[in-house]
Amino acid sequence: MATHATHTLAGDRMSGADVPDFLDLEGEHHPEGSTMLGFWIYLMSDCLIFAVLFATYAVLGRSYAAGPSPKDLFDLPIVAVNTSMLLFSSITYGFAMLAMERDDLAKTQLWLAVTGLFGAAFVGLELYEFAHLIHEGATPQRSGFLSAFFTLVGTHGLHVTFGLIWLVTLMVQTRLRGLVPENKRRLMCLSMFWHFLDVIWIGVFTFVYLMGVLQ
Amino acid sequence: MSGAARADDHAHGHDHGGHGQDAHGHGSFKDYVTGFVLSVILTAIPFWLVMGNVIDDKLVTGVVILGLAVVQIVVHMIYFLHMNTKSEGGWTFLALIFTITLVLITLCGSIWVMHHLNTNMMPISAEEMRHAP
Repeated sequence: MATHATHTLAGDRMSGADVPDFLDLEGEHHPEGSTMLGFWIYLMSDCLIFAVLFATYAVLGRSYAAGPSPKDLFDLPIVAVNTSMLLFSSITYGFAMLAMERDDLAKTQLWLAVTGLFGAAFVGLELYEFAHLIHEGATPQRSGFLSAFFTLVGTHGLHVTFGLIWLVTLMVQTRLRGLVPENKRRLMCLSMFWHFLDVIWIGVFTFVYLMGVLQ
Repeated sequence: MSGAARADDHAHGHDHGGHGQDAHGHGSFKDYVTGFVLSVILTAIPFWLVMGNVIDDKLVTGVVILGLAVVQIVVHMIYFLHMNTKSEGGWTFLALIFTITLVLITLCGSIWVMHHLNTNMMPISAEEMRHAP
């Protein structure tokens, strides 16, 4: 009985085409435009996550629990270098998009690689900063301020890390398949993601680092 | 940049046609460089203001750097994310306005409520502090 039902179900699914319909090899279920809007809405929901983390930092940012304050901890020259890394990576990703529009695969990959290096430098510097803070005893457990700081900046860093993984994946995919419409769509989504992270970083360096040191 | 100039950029930028793609243009070389130069200036000024202690009044410095951050976010939105009121029939812009509203409510509401909570709490004594969990 059970086997019969399964068999019928499988038979129904296979009746239309030879391949199962979840293998979307043609990419025909992705009409252009709706993907971009959907991805934009995802970014907006991500924006709400960061808004909550910013609000948490705004509330807890001065609860030092007799521990170190932003003025004792933050090293603005490093933050300035970090900011410029992210800014450079934004413009180089822009150049990658322009190369993509000209269907220039080699240039696209070159600029993607440069973007990846800047992004990796950003993550590296941030990890160095975190390691330095933790070495000094300024761990997330130390005070409300440090918990909020590590959560906010760490979440941003995690986003950049996933962006880097995505970027490497797309470099492999464009190498394998070239600049087909599907890959162009993916590159455009990553472009929005990458520039969006830069926008969030503007809030981080202004609100957390600069205003923290200013106190 | 006017709408007509934007349309021209897209006309020779897209050989594969299709109006769906044009809704989310990639901008031109000039757009990216303009955005980058503006961003560098808008990043350098706040760092200079804070690191160089240019303005004595910290409140004024704070307001200025927050203002510059807002301007820079708008610059990024226009030149890097190619935000405009027309793309996707205005839906991206509507989603953005909706999100900005929610973000402002979240931020201002949290700061406002928690500030009042802090000021109205009973002060904690040293003895209580010692037994705090």
